[in-house]
Amino acid sequence: MSAPIIWIIIPFVIGFILWLIPNERLVTWLGIGISALFAVSAWILPIETPISLGNWSMKISTTMSILGRNLILSSTDQPLIIFFYLSLCFWFISSSLAGSTNKLIPYGFLILTLLISALAVEPFLYAALLIEIAVLVSVPLLKPAFIPPGRGLMRFLAFQTIAMPFILFSGWLLTGITTGPEELSLISQAAIFLALGFVFLMAIFPFNTWIPLLTEETHPSSVVFILWIFPTIGLLFGLYFLDTFSWIRDSIYLPVILRSSGLLMIVTGGIWAAFQKNFKRMMAYAVIMETGYSLLALSIKGTLGIDLFFGLLVPRTLTLFLWALALAIISKNTSSTQFSKVKGFGRKYPFSATVLILSHLSLAGVPLLAGFPIHQALWEQLGIISLTGAIWYAIASIGLFMGGIRSLAVLVAPSNERFIIKENWPQRIFLSIGILILILLGIFPQWVSPLLSSFPLMFSHLGR
Amino acid sequence: MNIILNYVFLIVILVASIGQMLSRDWRWSLGFLGAQYLGVFWYIQTIWPINLAIVKLISGLIVCIALATSQKSTTSFSNPETSWPQGYLFRFLAAALIVLATLAIAPPTSTWLGVSNTIGTWASLLLMGIGLLQLGITTQPLRVIIALLTLISGFEIIYAFVESSALVAAMLVLINLGLSLVGTYLLSTDNVENIN
Repeated sequence: MSAPIIWIIIPFVIGFILWLIPNERLVTWLGIGISALFAVSAWILPIETPISLGNWSMKISTTMSILGRNLILSSTDQPLIIFFYLSLCFWFISSSLAGSTNKLIPYGFLILTLLISALAVEPFLYAALLIEIAVLVSVPLLKPAFIPPGRGLMRFLAFQTIAMPFILFSGWLLTGITTGPEELSLISQAAIFLALGFVFLMAIFPFNTWIPLLTEETHPSSVVFILWIFPTIGLLFGLYFLDTFSWIRDSIYLPVILRSSGLLMIVTGGIWAAFQKNFKRMMAYAVIMETGYSLLALSIKGTLGIDLFFGLLVPRTLTLFLWALALAIISKNTSSTQFSKVKGFGRKYPFSATVLILSHLSLAGVPLLAGFPIHQALWEQLGIISLTGAIWYAIASIGLFMGGIRSLAVLVAPSNERFIIKENWPQRIFLSIGILILILLGIFPQWVSPLLSSFPLMFSHLGR
Repeated sequence: MNIILNYVFLIVILVASIGQMLSRDWRWSLGFLGAQYLGVFWYIQTIWPINLAIVKLISGLIVCIALATSQKSTTSFSNPETSWPQGYLFRFLAAALIVLATLAIAPPTSTWLGVSNTIGTWASLLLMGIGLLQLGITTQPLRVIIALLTLISGFEIIYAFVESSALVAAMLVLINLGLSLVGTYLLSTDNVENIN
């Protein structure tokens, strides 16, 4: 038995099996239970250490070979596996509460396992192909039935597909550099191809126009998973390149490029968010800003940058999934999520409105919320490197904050309707827990630090 | 003989790629796409064993058939474009620019990659260029899928010149087939389960 079989192949097969089951309630419960089980198993089961149960013993190996290529998951990857499966479980719960149907669950398993395999595959150039397959699998998740595909979906498909040739080609060039270090002329060419590939893959400005469009076209529960998983995997894939190739890691231009593109993303996202009049698009700009924050974290040299990068992951995941749930509940009862259509909805959906505003403010880095500690640390470090950068960071955060205040004003605007709570009890309980988590993580960020501190160990150079 | 055939298939690719861009009828577009795969097969078989290269042709034809099944027999391209000039002249001139640009960069690209077949490199760059051009001027789902397939076809030629991994070839075939399935799904607005 090998780790890739347990955490990639088996969940992948389960995804297919769940796809065949017509009973929605059963699939939902199975999906939630199985994803939690995989998270717990990644926490409990040791890799490359004999496990004894009475007379019976076994050892989970790190490697699985397929047609001469390897999928490798070592013990240092386990924290990330725990994080991914816990996030999947959280998404399944929130999407089932949002009233999405059971088909999200099999697609969730299929997409996640394909993307974990992209991180685990050796040689790494196959990762680009696996990511592209995951993009294709995600299309049914993003197109509601009976509705023609929108521009956002077509752009998502096009941009993600364009990324693949660039990454494959840079992979080929990088192989040449690895085998012959004297061929340094290849470095700049490989860097250009690699940069272009990642710009498309991670939806970096200006190739992020599909994000607001797609968010507007698609159910919040579906789109938030895609907007969470693809940039996260893209960034981790990028970190793998940094870890493997010292010439990229040690380049004097890299921090400047990462900082500039990160700032560009957060400033454009922040300014658009400040003037936005649609709740769905507002979430999209927050997502764009989150990728920008990650790039800014990576622009900080040393282990501190990596720690900040991983520190952003947990609050972002919780906040985005809660935001999407709140948005899904609100948008289910209105024809549009334009501000004019949801005026005073805070009276009918107080729990959703609270979560929506708190999630928004959390991503803007408002104190006492989950996003604050890491945003404050990132801002401080950026200020040490570049004061101008820190000022732009503040402008961007103020932009997102203003968007949050405007959303609040719309949700609590006077209305003729009476104060009647329309959320059901499971929704109220889950959203209340979400509010509690958002506040507690802001006050006690150290609660997630055992998990966060083990993430960087998956890299041999970056995290040590 | 091979050199002459290289030129013949370059013309096939040239006509097919420009033709599928200009065409307003999905039958012609898919027909041109099929012819394009024939050209791709030809250039790939100059480097790879023919039994491996033929996979590209067969998968390409399957892609065309799969996309054809998603079209209603009476319709031309639905959802006419509104945002860009749609005249034949505009499209033809834009395609001509791509032809000239790729003609100019094909020889240095061949030298840089160490590829002896400059015609093949040109065919590859031409397909990638036309694919990108199409992606830039259309949002119509079938056209976007055809453009992506064209882009990947061009990439497959140049990648075959430098990398001969059978597994990469197999995965690229899988992606081609996947794209056609996605195209079929996107174009069918009924008979699908409601996910959201």
